[in-house]
Amino acid sequence: MDIQRLISMANQIGDFYESYPDQNQAQQGIAEHINRFWALAMRQQIAHYVSEQAGTGLHVQVQKAIAMHLKV
Amino acid sequence: MDDIKYSSTHHQHEHSRTNYDDQLDYGTPASQSDAQVTLIIDDREITVPEGTSIMRASIMAGINVPKLCATDSLEPFGSCRLCLVEIEGRRGYPASCTTPVAEGLKVHTQSPKLADIRRGTMELYISDHPLDCLTCATNGDCELQDMAGAVGLREVRYGYEGENHLKAEKDESNPYFTFDPSKCIVCSRCVRACEETQGTFALTISGRGFESKVASGINNFLDSECVSCGACVQACPTATLIEKTVIDHGVPEHSVTTTCAYCGVGCSFDAEMKGEEVIRMVPNKNGGANHGHSCVKGRFAWGYATHQDRITTPMIRKSIHDEWRVVSWGEAIEYAASEIKRISAKYGKDAMGGITSSRCTNEEVYVTQKLVRAVFGTNNVDTCARVCHSPTGYGLKQTIGESAGTQTFDSVMKSDVIMIIGANPTDGHPVFASQMKRRLREGAKLIIADPREIDLVDNSPHIRADYHLNLRPGTNVALISALAHVVVTEGLVKEDFVRERCEWDSFVLWRDFVAKPENSPEALADELGVNPELIREAARLFATGGNAAIYYGLGVTEHSQGSTTVMGIANLAMATGNVGREGVGINPLRGQNNVQGSCDMGSMPHEYPGYRHVSDPAAKALFEAAWGRPLSDEPGLRIPNMLDLAGEGRFKALYCVGEDIAQSDPNTQHVTHALESMECVIVQDLFLNETAMFAHVFFPGASFLEKSGTFTNAERRISPVRRVMTPKNNVGGQGYEDWEITAMLSKALGYEMHYKHTSDIMDEIAALTPTFKGVSFKKLDELGSIQWPCNDEYPTGTPTMHIDGFVRGKGKFFITQYVPTTEKVNAKYPLILTTGRILSQYNVGAQTRRTKNVAWHHEDVVEIHPHDAQERGIKEGDWIGIVSRAGETVLRATLTERVQPGIIYTTFHHPQSGANVITTDNSDWATNCPEFKVTAVQVTRVNQLSDWQLHYKTFSEAQLAFAGRDLEAAKID
Repeated sequence: MDIQRLISMANQIGDFYESYPDQNQAQQGIAEHINRFWALAMRQQIAHYVSEQAGTGLHVQVQKAIAMHLKV
Repeated sequence: MDDIKYSSTHHQHEHSRTNYDDQLDYGTPASQSDAQVTLIIDDREITVPEGTSIMRASIMAGINVPKLCATDSLEPFGSCRLCLVEIEGRRGYPASCTTPVAEGLKVHTQSPKLADIRRGTMELYISDHPLDCLTCATNGDCELQDMAGAVGLREVRYGYEGENHLKAEKDESNPYFTFDPSKCIVCSRCVRACEETQGTFALTISGRGFESKVASGINNFLDSECVSCGACVQACPTATLIEKTVIDHGVPEHSVTTTCAYCGVGCSFDAEMKGEEVIRMVPNKNGGANHGHSCVKGRFAWGYATHQDRITTPMIRKSIHDEWRVVSWGEAIEYAASEIKRISAKYGKDAMGGITSSRCTNEEVYVTQKLVRAVFGTNNVDTCARVCHSPTGYGLKQTIGESAGTQTFDSVMKSDVIMIIGANPTDGHPVFASQMKRRLREGAKLIIADPREIDLVDNSPHIRADYHLNLRPGTNVALISALAHVVVTEGLVKEDFVRERCEWDSFVLWRDFVAKPENSPEALADELGVNPELIREAARLFATGGNAAIYYGLGVTEHSQGSTTVMGIANLAMATGNVGREGVGINPLRGQNNVQGSCDMGSMPHEYPGYRHVSDPAAKALFEAAWGRPLSDEPGLRIPNMLDLAGEGRFKALYCVGEDIAQSDPNTQHVTHALESMECVIVQDLFLNETAMFAHVFFPGASFLEKSGTFTNAERRISPVRRVMTPKNNVGGQGYEDWEITAMLSKALGYEMHYKHTSDIMDEIAALTPTFKGVSFKKLDELGSIQWPCNDEYPTGTPTMHIDGFVRGKGKFFITQYVPTTEKVNAKYPLILTTGRILSQYNVGAQTRRTKNVAWHHEDVVEIHPHDAQERGIKEGDWIGIVSRAGETVLRATLTERVQPGIIYTTFHHPQSGANVITTDNSDWATNCPEFKVTAVQVTRVNQLSDWQLHYKTFSEAQLAFAGRDLEAAKID
């Protein structure tokens, strides 16, 4: 899928958790949301983008969430 | 029962009182009083609730008092003078409809004097009534005729030569019913029905004495305020207001109770038939959602089911640029199966998927998702709720634990404050709106949050919103935060409720968040465009005004933060203690008939029936055991994901049942590009819809009149859909209900579904879904309808949810950070386009455009504020080009101050309008529900259609020709 589309979808999820005072909780929330609602191929693509291309364009929290908690 | 036979008279009438006959007209409405009054009518003692009329008490006792102006759906009026009675110790002859019972009264309904008065009254009526009973359309179904018989009228001494109304002209302007004033007895039932039942006040009695007549506006019914709901026709005791179909065909001979296939109200109707032909649809007095009321769609707009545009034969083709080939059912099924197998082998099972529609029955949705999961071998199944209420499912599951509204419709009658956010009930949910309007006329307060001035703001008789918060499109979350800010900072939280019922930690986080100064109405005023003081007052009213209920629609969900707003609504309801009893609650007004049901039935890619995630091992094991196939524990693709991948050549086959994504989904050109890129698109529908123009296989479906099943409405009410005619798709003599077509496809793919009847499917659903455990067709026959959860604990269903605790245990608050949409206005796109619905049309219009409802709305128009129009030199009726970042279309303009400056508004009921050519790919963060409600645009006066429209015209004409159809449907002007 167009990576820009996935980036913007992931960032939107990150925006929802932006005001969470506990950043660990926010990162887990972001990752859990993606794990529960994105098809495996989409998760793999965004995880690959984070690991191979530094996740450029993704919000920092979202990058961390994907790097640490995504099931792929 | 022996004990009744030998017991006192008291017990006998108790017995008769409990024998409520739902087919009887009791003359006046039931009293809601708990106090009981005992009286004697003729020789019978009867005990009834205080406030009951003598007429109703008589009928309950089995004594029929003659009546004409009384009917139990309306308040008593006392004008016809037929229902007079004698009461011992009282003088005169009071009307039994307007006289309440009193303890110890002795009433006589028959006496020589009463007979004389009644006969004299009837004589006067009949002296000015045509004596054409034998050729009258209501012959055999006329209360006036019945009463003439009942009072023994034998002659009219006055003759018929005097001045009369017999030559009064008929009004045939309404496409569905006729008004014949020559037959009118001026009982006012139609006028009162328009007021009390519908709440439109379109009718009145003009003139006095002999000149009195029913009047609708200045000219006729069609030009008046009349919304053609049919309440007046239903109430008329004579042939004055009558369906044209009855005039044409005569009185129906049998009737079958079924459920309307239009909006999420889910009205119960009696399909009144002659053989296999529907003569009229009459709202069922005992319908749990509608209580005998209806709207122009359900009551009258069912002609599409037999429209000549129906495609009734299966068709296949290799390419969408080929002509369709009409084939047998066997060949069509085999071809579709061979393509599925080929694509599965070549591209893998994840390159395939299915889409169901909220227009499908529960059983159809269930078998389709079963086919995709168990036979295609993927969870790529989605439903059109994706593009409407998916944020409701997500947001309510997160906060209160169940993806459904909390109340019944009747709950509104106990509301003191009604808050409507992003919904237009009088157009979208008209029958429920009538009930809501009744409550508002009784004095409930009204808060409306909507960018546009919907009719309930200030254009419904005797109703005026206390607060209209006309926020800018896309700022719902800011508004919810601002309302919550006031509740929290002004000490209006119901802390007892929160401590007992909710997760306290989550509440504290939320409280601290909304209390921040940046969430105050003042801080957000510029963003919202709403006077902060109004927000403060509205919040105070909501929190302190008694039972407060929130009703919301697609104006909440179809945003980039749709899910956040739903959670914010739940936060607000919990914080103010407005969940868990009648009169309050969170009420999503579902758009289509079976939005709730299609979601319940597991048509979302991440959930099995009953909202159990596909990764839940127990759920997976349960369904694997029941279906005998291995299932995937990975969430599948949502509709927009499928379309994105299709456009990239990675999603190849789609089975689309009853849905029309090419018209209803955003960014039409993106959708059609995706469809063009697939190798096998199978469409199952009544008509060659927009999506079918890109299909390779067409399975002709059956209309709701041609199949059995169930729909689940916005209040979780499961109602039966009953087959009243043979499916029209009976090529070769055999017609199929839609689930049978899916089952045939499944069998051809090597997996047999062993259902003999639709009820077997519901039995399987009940066996696998805890909230449906007690549901069966047999129980639906017994109870009429059932609100889930229906299980051992609640065997007859659950009208109000979360009474003792939330389904998830404790309610959970979520922080709702406002994030402005990326769809921003700028110099190039300075206006915001928002979209909505209109009363007479439904969704993509495939059904209503093929009925006489086009008399009210034959094209989509753009509402624009006169100020914006003047700046651009646009006048009423001009063609205007609307350009967004996604595309361009041309529509006719209408100038109105309903929309604010800077905002334009349109509907998408007609495909050639291309409203979705301009909507964008933006979507809700949690569910990908499209942001239909916010599109930045520019408008200019133009002289011709857009390129897209010109292309559409050519393309659709060619496609219709490929199917051997005429070009009527493709006409643009």
